[in-house]
Amino acid sequence: MKPAKKRGHSTPGPRAMKKMTEEVVLMEPELSASEDEDDGDAERKHQRLLDAISALGGSKRKKKSERTEASLQVSEFGISAEGVREKVCLSDLIKPIKKEKALKKMKSQLGIIKPKKSLELPMNKAEEQKILRQAAYQKSSQEVSRWKKVVTENRKAEQLVFPLNEQPLRPAPIEENLTAWKARTPLEMEIFSMLHKHKQPIVAPVLTPMEKASIKAMSLEEAKRRRIELQRARILQSYYQVKARRERKIKSKSYRKVKKKGRMKQSLKIFEELRKTNPEAALEELEKLEKDRIQERMSLKHQKTGKWAKSRAIMAKYDDEARKAMQEQLQKHKELTTKIAVVTEEKEEEEREEEEEQQEIIPDFVNDAQMSLEGANPWMTGKLRSDAKDAGTAEEAQGQVEAAAKSNEPEKEESEEEAESEEETSLREFQDRRRLRKQLGVEESLTPDSGSAAGVAAQDHAREVSQFNRMFQKMLEENKKEQKLQKKLNATAAVEEKEKKKAEVEEQKRSQEEEEDEEEDPLIIEGMDRTRTMEDLETLRTRETLEELMTPQKPPDKTPQQKPPDKTPQQKKKKAQIISAKDVLAAKAPRVHAPLLPTMMDTEEEEADEKKQKMIIKEAFAGDDVIGDFLKEKRKAIEDAKPKDICLALPGWGSWGGTNLPISAKKKRRFTLKAPPPPPRKDDKLPNVIISENRNKAFAAHQPYVPVKFQKRCENFLRTPIGSTWNPERAVQQLTAPKVVTKTGHIIEPITDDFLQKSEVQGADPTKVLEKELQQLEEKIKRETQTKDPRPQEKNKGHKKSTKSKHNNKKK
Amino acid sequence: MDKTGKFVRKPRMNAKRRNKWDPQKKFISGKRDPFPGDSSLHKNRIEKYERARKSQLNRKPFVKSKSSLHQSEVKRQTVITQAAKHDLLLPEESGFLKGDEGEDTCTITQQDIAEVVDITSASKHFNLVLKQFGPYRTNYSRNGRYLLLGGQRGHIAAIDWYTKKLHCEINVMETINDVRWLHSHTMFAVAQKKWLYIYDNLGVELHCIKQFNDVLRMEFLPYHFLLATCSSTGFLQYLDVSVGKEISATCVRAGRLNVMCQNPHNAIIHLGHSNGTVSLWSPTVKEPLVKMICHNGAVRALSVDRSGMYMATSGTDKKMTIYDLRTYKPLSSCYLPLGAGTLCHSQTGLLAAGVGNIVQVYKDAHVTAPRSPYMCLSVTPPIHGLQFCPYEDVLGVGHGGGFTSMIVPGAGEANFDGLESNPYETKKQQREWEVKALLEKIQPELITLDPTQLVEIDTATVEQKRNESLEQMGIDPTKKTPFVPRNKTKGGNSTGNVLKRKKIVAEVEKREEIKKSIAGREEKSVEEKVTEGHRSALDRFKK
Repeated sequence: MKPAKKRGHSTPGPRAMKKMTEEVVLMEPELSASEDEDDGDAERKHQRLLDAISALGGSKRKKKSERTEASLQVSEFGISAEGVREKVCLSDLIKPIKKEKALKKMKSQLGIIKPKKSLELPMNKAEEQKILRQAAYQKSSQEVSRWKKVVTENRKAEQLVFPLNEQPLRPAPIEENLTAWKARTPLEMEIFSMLHKHKQPIVAPVLTPMEKASIKAMSLEEAKRRRIELQRARILQSYYQVKARRERKIKSKSYRKVKKKGRMKQSLKIFEELRKTNPEAALEELEKLEKDRIQERMSLKHQKTGKWAKSRAIMAKYDDEARKAMQEQLQKHKELTTKIAVVTEEKEEEEREEEEEQQEIIPDFVNDAQMSLEGANPWMTGKLRSDAKDAGTAEEAQGQVEAAAKSNEPEKEESEEEAESEEETSLREFQDRRRLRKQLGVEESLTPDSGSAAGVAAQDHAREVSQFNRMFQKMLEENKKEQKLQKKLNATAAVEEKEKKKAEVEEQKRSQEEEEDEEEDPLIIEGMDRTRTMEDLETLRTRETLEELMTPQKPPDKTPQQKPPDKTPQQKKKKAQIISAKDVLAAKAPRVHAPLLPTMMDTEEEEADEKKQKMIIKEAFAGDDVIGDFLKEKRKAIEDAKPKDICLALPGWGSWGGTNLPISAKKKRRFTLKAPPPPPRKDDKLPNVIISENRNKAFAAHQPYVPVKFQKRCENFLRTPIGSTWNPERAVQQLTAPKVVTKTGHIIEPITDDFLQKSEVQGADPTKVLEKELQQLEEKIKRETQTKDPRPQEKNKGHKKSTKSKHNNKKK
Repeated sequence: MDKTGKFVRKPRMNAKRRNKWDPQKKFISGKRDPFPGDSSLHKNRIEKYERARKSQLNRKPFVKSKSSLHQSEVKRQTVITQAAKHDLLLPEESGFLKGDEGEDTCTITQQDIAEVVDITSASKHFNLVLKQFGPYRTNYSRNGRYLLLGGQRGHIAAIDWYTKKLHCEINVMETINDVRWLHSHTMFAVAQKKWLYIYDNLGVELHCIKQFNDVLRMEFLPYHFLLATCSSTGFLQYLDVSVGKEISATCVRAGRLNVMCQNPHNAIIHLGHSNGTVSLWSPTVKEPLVKMICHNGAVRALSVDRSGMYMATSGTDKKMTIYDLRTYKPLSSCYLPLGAGTLCHSQTGLLAAGVGNIVQVYKDAHVTAPRSPYMCLSVTPPIHGLQFCPYEDVLGVGHGGGFTSMIVPGAGEANFDGLESNPYETKKQQREWEVKALLEKIQPELITLDPTQLVEIDTATVEQKRNESLEQMGIDPTKKTPFVPRNKTKGGNSTGNVLKRKKIVAEVEKREEIKKSIAGREEKSVEEKVTEGHRSALDRFKK
């Protein structure tokens, strides 16, 4: 085929032509056999021709010969494996000899023969090395990573003392010294030998070695039991894990729904419980529920707007289930959106009281009905609350209640009332009656049944209360009036008007006061005791005279007070003119009294009263307004500290040229860079202080500089000084302890494996400890069983098992 | 524990130790530790030793540094608690004078007290009658043992007032404005009519410093070894006495400066001016750190208490006002009959005021405006110098008639630190202390309003700092000088050629820059690759 392939694209040569003809001839018998079918024959021929030609085109595939008809002559090359497998198997060839017994031996031999795979090429050297390298790296990295923990620990350690595993010397505690005491005298020796013989404790609370051993030892049974326990725990854990994993993977919607429902119920139950036990937590829980409600209200999840809901709505006419589903959904929405009524304690009490009362007078069913009525939202039910109506009806019945309530009652309600069903009206009547009875009861309790003192007092009290209420209202009104008046006063500038109104106000006030006095009298509880007795007054007078004697100069009665500073600078500027010594300088200054008074000596400290002194000072400082100057200075300091605007405007371009020409304001405005607003000053709220905001450069040179990231940390670090000047001696030693200490004359040897083991034991996590314990127990059990019945094979097995289990554990 | 109880348990140092000395461990003898754990301390006590408050970390520390940070924090806490525990060792307690029922303490005279108290205490009240050269300025040395008297008419005397031993007595034959001990009792400065002089304790003139002229008042800052002076010419000057150099001279521009005091907490100098303002100064800042208006007339006297929280001022308006120096707001104010001419705070916070010829001592003046003084004493006017003696219940009064040592119970700190300022120190100790103090000398630049500021990190931006250095030096060190092509002949200097050469240099520079940036980028990418190594499956959702 190769040459044919080579000449694939050229025109077929003479040899090729010959082969083609041969092929055609080969197919002759088949052709001849099917000569009778004319048209089909022609087709086939054509097909063959096509195939032959396509075969010339270099297609590798060898045409599989098909036996369409039974014939005696079967070419040995025509055997095929039915198109399932390309190759012919040995078994296919053996099939026919299956039945012959003589060839049995050969058959078995043939069965052994297996198709031998060809040997693979030896690996590329580089590849091989790579794999070796990888393996070596893995191994060594494993080896090294074992040390990781030790290394990090050593790095973290505050102080390392080399050689590492040497125990520090310290004085032995006195107890140890005592135990080391030995008997010397023969008597002592005898006693101690006796004690030792019987294994008795020598020092008081110490157990005998036997006891100790017995306590320490764990019996085989116990060990077994413990092992079982541990195993069980592990199994349970794995079960639980599997279960959780399975549950987590469930995608069923209905399952999730059910689960969610359950969770909701659970949470409600918990809430109920919490409400009783821990109201605060319950409130929190309630908030959560409230949030859910809000979310539900916001969403359209359970409403009629969804795709599904719409389809259901259409189906609802014909399908009962659809209707039900729809209803369910709506119900759910309702459930979720209904408010959860929090019953506070007071309410609860009230309810309880009501219930009690009802129990006394009214049958149960009324209560039920009332509950249902009260519970529903009146806006939702389209009916008014019974209270308002109640007021009206009560009035009708009794005609005693205040007139104010009447106005509240809208007339609409009555018309609606009529529409109500008979049952409801009857129920309401019941309720109303109940309420009335209540009111009556209250009033009865208020009204005195007999002329008892308590009754009178109660009456008085009631009157007082009403009086008080009236008065309070009056006062409120008056207050309003006053406010209005004052507003007016402020508005009008004319003095006369002011005076007039003042007079009016005063009159009013007077009248008010009179009224108030009249009214207040019964309210005042305290008696008419003198607050100051005559004696007191006398003493006061004497004290005053003394004071006068002691301090001839009276202080000016003005009490300067620090006013709150203004926020905006504009206001400040305005205020600046008004600010006086009172604002800036310190507050009240009481006079100091001393038994010894200075006798005036200097000329400047002459005997003169305060006013005179003040006058002198004023004269002396007539020119300078000290405070004004200070405020000016402050303003200037603030201005100086502010960042300035930068004007980048240049002459030319769009303006007249020439000397002494000002740049236009427009241009200036356009090219000025506005400075950012200054940071708030420290003295913003202190009118009497100027605090310099400039950076102290000289000081900053001494400050450490670290990136902002580490700033706080560094500050914390610098917080405490480490010198002996500021700290106790031991603290200094601790603070300045070196990181590494080496002992002179000691050989520092490289770290050994046992150090590694030690660290492993120290830093083991609890699960691993458990595993280890389990292993140890297993080993122990093994040992026990061995001692009882030593069998080498068993031992081997056991060992294998244990290693296996270890392996498993590691995996976990 | 802090939230609920008042007591804070000291944190453990390290776990190993704890395991060894387990308090719950039963000893072999059956003995049990009756007070297991570390001794508890009152929170206030610990707070006293916290120099600056711990600031909250703004971000989580790296995992690597977490443990070390924690360790250091624990260490610091233990140090503080250790220091607080040492408070137990302080032997003395302070107290105040209490009158009988109905008796005002200010009516109790010095004679009454002297009669009652023990002989040594009684000997603390004495009078030095020096009528000839009066009125006297006084100054106690830092340990309270030595007294310096300077009469206005030239009389100087240095006394060990415990033993009443006179060290020296001279007359400088000119006006003396102020006297002040320097860091030890072996040297003192005297502000005389024209110059500032320094004498040793035997009265030998050591220096005459002509840079400091017309000095009116002086203050010595012991930790900085600075002598601050203010003069009638309106200058505030600082002299470093350890090296004898003038640190700074600032023109205050507020006329004659005759009112001055120091804040012992932060070594800031307070100056009182004739326009009723008080200004606060640091030697390296050329403007007042704070300026506040305190009186409606000239300021006559100033004093700041030891904690640096309260400042007392008195002015010609006869008021005495206490200001809170943390908020700069007045706390209390009172009228004194003639106004205080001198003011002085004691170590325990008592305030002495010289009013005319009366010395009045006030207690708790910063809490409420005082109604009546705690103690009173009448002396020969005028009162010129007033100072409480450190570590003693004594107030030294320099007046026209000489000097009076007045007993004021509860004025002095009850416990002195023997290594810091020891009244009973020997010569050797004194020398030792001097060396140590010099080694621990604080630089004058570190004088700021808030002494804990040194712990804080400078937050100024790089740009700000560059601007500052530019301002200071006048040139920008980071700026490159522009390339100027070399002069060439034979047409090499033609405009085109010059441009070409310039361009070449510019290109070279540009290329280098690009190379650098590429290298940087590569490094970054390598780093990123390294970090990508431990990406977990969930990291792909990050971003």
